[in-house]
Amino acid sequence: MIEILFFFFAALAVGAAINVLVQKHVLYSALSLIVLLSSMSGLFILLRADFLAVIQVIVYAGAIMVLFVFVIMLLNLPEDEDGADRLRWLKFLGIPLGLFFLFLTVITLWNVERQDIVEAQMAGTPELIGRSLFTDYLLPFEATSLLILIALMGAVVFAKKDL
Amino acid sequence: MNIPVVNLGAILPAIMLSLFGIAIMVAEPFVSDAKKSWLGWLAIAGTIAAMLALAPMSRQAGQWYTNLWIVDSYSIFFHFLFILIAAITILTSMNFLQREGIHHTEYYALLLFATVGMMMMAGSNELIMVFLGLEILSIATYVLAGFRRTDLKSNESAMKYFLLGSFSSAFFLYGVALIFGATGSTNLIVIADSLRSGDPQTSLVSLAAALMLIGLCFKVAVAPFHVWAPDVYEGAPTPVTGFMSVGPKAAGFAVLLRIFMTAFPTLEDRWTSVFWIVAALTMLIGNVIALVQPNIKRMLAYSSIAHAGYIAVAVAAGSEHGVSAVLFYTLAYSVTNLGAFAVVTMLSRSEDKLVNLNDYAGLASKRPGLAAVLSLFMLSLAGVPGTAGFAGKFFIFKAAVQSGLIWLAVIGVITTVVSFYYYLYVIVQMYMRDPNEEFADVRTTGPLKLALAITIAGTLYLGILPTRFLDWTVSAAVNALR
Repeated sequence: MIEILFFFFAALAVGAAINVLVQKHVLYSALSLIVLLSSMSGLFILLRADFLAVIQVIVYAGAIMVLFVFVIMLLNLPEDEDGADRLRWLKFLGIPLGLFFLFLTVITLWNVERQDIVEAQMAGTPELIGRSLFTDYLLPFEATSLLILIALMGAVVFAKKDL
Repeated sequence: MNIPVVNLGAILPAIMLSLFGIAIMVAEPFVSDAKKSWLGWLAIAGTIAAMLALAPMSRQAGQWYTNLWIVDSYSIFFHFLFILIAAITILTSMNFLQREGIHHTEYYALLLFATVGMMMMAGSNELIMVFLGLEILSIATYVLAGFRRTDLKSNESAMKYFLLGSFSSAFFLYGVALIFGATGSTNLIVIADSLRSGDPQTSLVSLAAALMLIGLCFKVAVAPFHVWAPDVYEGAPTPVTGFMSVGPKAAGFAVLLRIFMTAFPTLEDRWTSVFWIVAALTMLIGNVIALVQPNIKRMLAYSSIAHAGYIAVAVAAGSEHGVSAVLFYTLAYSVTNLGAFAVVTMLSRSEDKLVNLNDYAGLASKRPGLAAVLSLFMLSLAGVPGTAGFAGKFFIFKAAVQSGLIWLAVIGVITTVVSFYYYLYVIVQMYMRDPNEEFADVRTTGPLKLALAITIAGTLYLGILPTRFLDWTVSAAVNALR
């Protein structure tokens, strides 16, 4: 049963990810991104990372994507204009190199000694995550506050009309 | 439940800079526009406080915060270097910001926070922490690169840096995820132990190491991951360009060495050959393309790529001497390059109107002092004996030869000779061409003079009496390799 669910969500995720790239209209790309993020959260549930799955839906599929869609609608971008003619030839370099990288990664991961699927030892519950944030990962947790502060400042610096 | 020991002493310099950064933001609304430069001096006070905080930090040697923060002479050396870089950049920026009409004090706060990010990269023993430091540094630098908000080139610079920077961060993160999958830890020492104890999965570990390497090579701008650098450096405000060409580069190499020395010593023969190729390519590409740049900011951008190549030579050497040479060279290069950018900042006038090499024609007859100072920095970048650049290059090539990388050293020396052409060309312009203009509107002000004084003193001191700093870098290298 788990295998079926895994392949369902995995296929959905990969399909949605490809769709994000090939869509001409930004809005469709954004909508496929929501599908991608939701199916990822399905994968997290299969790994028993419940907290991460919920956060994934609330933060990414919820908050960030709503913001995305709003921005796209407010900007009301014209249809894709194919502006980057000058760099078109890069496609012929980039796609083969990208495929080569994919090939290397797949080969490596394929050859990793596979172990039997084991039931996850601990569920990724908020309690355990909170505990490790305030003990083992105290310093990174505090450092994150600085990261968020900088991101906030950056947004203000770029977006405010007169600073 | 075990609460970890919270040792504030071990992270005191970072705390100091963060506190001063926050203080600047809080004070901003209460300071009138005319007195904004006071907050610049407050930022300078922050760097001095952080410098003083190095003393209590150095007494806390060891690993802290459940082994994810490490205090040794290696991390203290880099803390010192980052604070120095931040201080010189702030001094260079104060009048620049006023002149360009962008005197927003967020600039100082961002610079201090970026420095904290660099400290986290050099001081951590944990890939998660490294990543956080990397992101703090990168995001702050993206914003600084776009700080001239109405200038298209500055926007382009920020946008390019942001897109490619995020892309490279993703590579790094993917590498971290794979190494966690292979060894079950993100702690560098635990990773090394589990690699030594057998349990190979070597191909997976190599892939992870390669991905992390790609991510970090982007940040330090070595070939073939250097393509973003010239555009980004050209568009960014000039003092920020100076900062970007030394700060993230030094932090990137600090992390690179720490990760590969501590976590992957078992793969050493593999990554040595990778660095051989990277170093050779970077030196060749950087130096050859710099020859044909008419714009001094672009020329210095390619020159900074070339210098990353020299540092990569020392990384490839890998020995104690190699690590020590990396540290010494980052210090020598930082001081010299910040000095050069301080002069360029001054001479480029508002909105980067005069940044072409032929705008420097005849500078020596009108402003002999400035011309002499810029000549000193160019000679140091080229590596003329008696300057910091020469001492740095000497130690690098010596380490390379000792590790048997004769051909790499030969390529290094040849490309250094090539680089003489474009560095000396600036001097030729200044001394042997007739002036096109009066240079009357070039003003040297207090903070800039101070920045120049520090960088000149550093360039000469490291060039003539390198032994004291060399002792420090050697002890740091021994520390890092243990």
